[in-house]
Amino acid sequence: MSEMKTAAYICTGCGIGDKIDAGTLEKIAAKEGKMALVKRHEFLCGAAGVQMIRDDIDQEGVTHVMLAGCSRRAKSEAFDFPATATTRANLREGVLWVVAEGGEHDEIRQEMADDYVRMACAELKKMKVPAGNPATANNKRILVVGGGFSGMTAALAAADAGYQAVIVEKSGQLGGWAARTWKRVPAAMPYAEPQETGVAELIDRIVSHPKISVHLNATVAETRGAPGRFAVDVATESGAAHSEEVGAIIQASGFTPYDIARLPELGGGAPNVVDHAGLEALAIAADGGAIKRSDGAEVKSVVFVQCAGQRDDSGAHLPYCSGHCCATSIKQAMYFKNANPDVDTVVIYQDLRVPGMGEDFYRSAQNKGVIFTKGKATAVKAAGNGLRVDFRDLILDEDAAVEADLVVLATGQVANSGVDIELPDEDPAKAQKVSILNLAYRQGKDLPILKHGFNDSHFICFPYETRRTGIYASGPVRRPMDMQQAGEDAVGAALKAIQAVENASLGRAAHPRSGDLSFPNVRLEGCTQCKRCTVECPFGAIDEDEKRFPVFNESRCRRCGTCMGACPVRVISFENYNVDTVGSQIKCLDMPDEFSEKPRILILACENDAYPALDMAGLQRHVYSAFVRAIPVRCLGSVNMVWITDALNSGWDGIMLMGCKKGDDYQCHFVKGSEMAHYRMSKVDDTLQQLGLENERVVTHEVAITDNARCARLINDYVAQIMAIGLSPMKGFG
Amino acid sequence: MAKKNIAFYPGCSSQRKSSAANYLTSARAMCEKLDITMNEIPDWNCCGASVGYAEGGELPRLAITARNFALAEQHLPGQDMVSTCAACWLATRETQERLAASPQLMQETNEALAAANLVYQGQVKVRHMVEVLIEDIGYEALKTPVVKPLQGIKFAGYVGCQTNRPFGIAGESFENPLYLDKLIEIAGGEAVPYDQKVTCCGGALAFSEPDKAQRQIRQIVESAYDPGAAMIVTPCPLCQANGEVYQSEINKKQNTRFNMPVLYYAQLLAVAYGATAAEAGLDGQVIRAARLENIAA
Amino acid sequence: MTEAAYRNDFLKEVEAHVEAGHEVKRCMQCGVCAGSCPFGPYWQHSPQKIFMMIRAGKREAVLSSDAMWMCTSCYNCIARCPRKLPITHIMHGLANYAHRLGLAPKGQPTRDFAVMFWQNLARRGRVNELKLTLGHYFKDGIGAGIKQGLAMKAVGLGLYKAKRLNPLEIFGGHKVADLSGFHAIVAKAREIEDRKRGLAS
Repeated sequence: MSEMKTAAYICTGCGIGDKIDAGTLEKIAAKEGKMALVKRHEFLCGAAGVQMIRDDIDQEGVTHVMLAGCSRRAKSEAFDFPATATTRANLREGVLWVVAEGGEHDEIRQEMADDYVRMACAELKKMKVPAGNPATANNKRILVVGGGFSGMTAALAAADAGYQAVIVEKSGQLGGWAARTWKRVPAAMPYAEPQETGVAELIDRIVSHPKISVHLNATVAETRGAPGRFAVDVATESGAAHSEEVGAIIQASGFTPYDIARLPELGGGAPNVVDHAGLEALAIAADGGAIKRSDGAEVKSVVFVQCAGQRDDSGAHLPYCSGHCCATSIKQAMYFKNANPDVDTVVIYQDLRVPGMGEDFYRSAQNKGVIFTKGKATAVKAAGNGLRVDFRDLILDEDAAVEADLVVLATGQVANSGVDIELPDEDPAKAQKVSILNLAYRQGKDLPILKHGFNDSHFICFPYETRRTGIYASGPVRRPMDMQQAGEDAVGAALKAIQAVENASLGRAAHPRSGDLSFPNVRLEGCTQCKRCTVECPFGAIDEDEKRFPVFNESRCRRCGTCMGACPVRVISFENYNVDTVGSQIKCLDMPDEFSEKPRILILACENDAYPALDMAGLQRHVYSAFVRAIPVRCLGSVNMVWITDALNSGWDGIMLMGCKKGDDYQCHFVKGSEMAHYRMSKVDDTLQQLGLENERVVTHEVAITDNARCARLINDYVAQIMAIGLSPMKGFG
Repeated sequence: MAKKNIAFYPGCSSQRKSSAANYLTSARAMCEKLDITMNEIPDWNCCGASVGYAEGGELPRLAITARNFALAEQHLPGQDMVSTCAACWLATRETQERLAASPQLMQETNEALAAANLVYQGQVKVRHMVEVLIEDIGYEALKTPVVKPLQGIKFAGYVGCQTNRPFGIAGESFENPLYLDKLIEIAGGEAVPYDQKVTCCGGALAFSEPDKAQRQIRQIVESAYDPGAAMIVTPCPLCQANGEVYQSEINKKQNTRFNMPVLYYAQLLAVAYGATAAEAGLDGQVIRAARLENIAA
Repeated sequence: MTEAAYRNDFLKEVEAHVEAGHEVKRCMQCGVCAGSCPFGPYWQHSPQKIFMMIRAGKREAVLSSDAMWMCTSCYNCIARCPRKLPITHIMHGLANYAHRLGLAPKGQPTRDFAVMFWQNLARRGRVNELKLTLGHYFKDGIGAGIKQGLAMKAVGLGLYKAKRLNPLEIFGGHKVADLSGFHAIVAKAREIEDRKRGLAS
């Protein structure tokens, strides 16, 4: 873009023109904002208004557009000028709808609108239209790690959509646990009987599919690169090694049943006590006939103990519910009832959890005469030729016992998640584990673990997303689930993988800024090799070269700007979002003097939740102080400390940072951004002291998108607090 | 208003000098104004009520009600079998549905009926009088004959159990049925919000477990006083009797001063339609409804 | 702890012999019935517990429970049961079965009243309210009956004044005309039912 030509458009619609003097805004845009063209329109988002802008772009050579009217979140389809840098001054949601009614507020309302026009003009002049990353990567093959039900389904989904898929399976055959299952929980009407697993047909389709190749007895020895250009070394048991070039990876490494030997009190390890997998083996051997124990005796009575070693709050066993076990036990109880209705089948459960259409399946089992009893098993002991289960009957509120030929323990799923990259190296638990992906990433060999040993996935509202771009977890490795869910999961992960390779090939960002063409530029000559960017990147996008300079893998990058926020020497920037685009807004204000009684409060608001929350506060007409000026940021993690010091030096009286919830139940779209910002701001007190300012002048809040009234309250409380401690003495020095 | 013929099943409590005799009196007055002809099923017998279960068992209960069906089919073909009593309606409707659903029970029932040379062909449509009012005549048309609106009187519409559960009136909820309130308003009265609208009065256990039942009744009467109701209105003979006649007992035992008239919706409509106090069965109240008597006079 | 605990034996007996007994196995133990019963404070066992006891094989405890006799037939449990179990009918069926086996609690007032009610209606085809009431009061003997009758004198007098009680009913009262036909139907139905349920007539 050789020549910049700016234009400002001021909309007077939606009542803006009634309360705000557009003439003043025009003057400010022209004189202070130095906009080459300044126009006013009473209905800018209407066809005529948009056409006016388009004509200016096409005929007048306008390259940069400032729109003063509604929020950047409104009318984004009308104001879509992809080749033109665009900023918005938020006069409607940000001024008109939040400043108190009445003539006595006219002056401060106008000042607020004036400042937003100044800020939008200042930002506009620092922006460039992102050209996209020229270093695109074009490999669109998809690697699936794990050949079980989820992995096979994912590979087929990708292949059927036209993408090459490669399966790496550790064992000698495809199918995983599903292949060792006699029948599955029904997935179709009337949800009344166990149904065929369909695994053999699935394997046939995989083997004969022209777009799918399979490595058996194989593991991933190393994974290098980024979306669109992963290089994966595949090691096979025979010692042969292949290298596969792929564009995205689906990790479907599945689960291992919790070891029943760890449940000796429930008979784990004793004869005639099996887990679900053990019972499937007996059922396959029986092939529809009477199920026999390992000693050959026909089972005439069976007891299922639910939640065995699960939902345990003692810390000894799994703390979580594996979700599928109730339906699986119902299914297995039917194996017995269908072969012989006279077999006594008792399911001892604490809460029968059968999501989806499982309630119909449960009813069907009740109709077959399976006895369900709400209780908690305390002991399983040998009794005669069989076993005795002691339990507390939670309905009759008494200790009870039931005898059985066979006991099935419904144990949970343990994720095959590889190494926990957050554990210190010397941790013995980690030493036991073998990496699944062997990532050659600075941040560690495997996907991060989210909770209870399950791989990172489903961060906030986005299933399948992990913190490693282009690598998607699918099936029970990301959370406990049944075949039905694993199948749906696999298709979802395959679609995410396809999205990732397509975005990578166009140099665009992946989720959640999907399609963003901006990417971090680094001025390496200014870099001091402090490594903060490489350490703080939530997505492990930045490696280090042999000289310890950061190496940006753009297609791994989510464009949150956390690296930009981290950089103490400010060498990282995006074309349309950088230290200057925000810094120039902070410094452009017409700052009232110390004795004006008109404080100026800067809000740096996360664009994902906090800024929409402020907009919605306006929509709901929650009145807040006209002394605040809000600037949206990509993520609180992108807030560079220089903005804080610039603002304080410019005479701003207070700074509010509004970001997403952090911690274990974080809602940050970039996982760690909000947390980083909170951490950085916890160190701001030194800066404030150096400037002789009170600690209260910088505050940080966690704000959810629904906190609309609360946002207004936070603002008003803070303004009152600032008025109480007095205006900043720094005015006039900036 | 088109003339309507119904096969009427009065039930034991509606007989002369029985506990709900005034229900029948008022229903007759009401139906006359609405041009409904009540053709009593000849030689009908008791429905067995609910409490018949212990000694009666299933099939004898079904069979005695099927006898009424057979008589209705034989003598009043094509007419809906209509009850005013909640228990009669419930027992007959239950029987009708169970026989319709089970060919075996139908066959066994007819085997029993054959002992009296009767046969049930499965043709009878069982209904409650309220259904005839709401569904056949309609709320709007029910207003037409009103000549003496019961203005200024607050009523607590006590629906109770058996006209409400398990079948209920079509379109009404179990927890808050509204039809009775609508009938009160049609008669010109005011229906107060009443939180014991569907509470059980104890039913037949008012005899066998009087203390337990009277706790229910106390709650029902007391909660009608709370929103300022002057009278309770109900569609059920047992609700009416339990609600009315035990007030003196409760007063005696628990030191309350209840004196709340308990009426049938049919009495309200009859008075509103211009019936005399006697025609509306107001002389059958143990606790007299003086304000209604004044209007009816 | 008997061998039959949590076996199907008693459940199968209930399914074979009790009205609507085949529905018991569908109970999902949510307890909504227990919370919906107007006589909740009084019974030994909620319907929920009765159904679990059946499945746990507690035959004696179930059939001798007073729970079924506390049913007022309000049908609240049926209306609210998320599984649509005909709970009222099952409770009636269990009461009938326990009564016929002679296992129901002796002297249970509702049991006695229910028997009297059926006998009253079965005799003449229609209920004789006076005889039913007096029979009920005098069930524990003449002395207790007079005492009860006097205690309830006000109630009876009120009904009499309102022409809703007829003292002359003691000498006969309402009845069906074809009494022999009515009796034949009841006898035949009873015979079929007892044969079907394996009960001695």
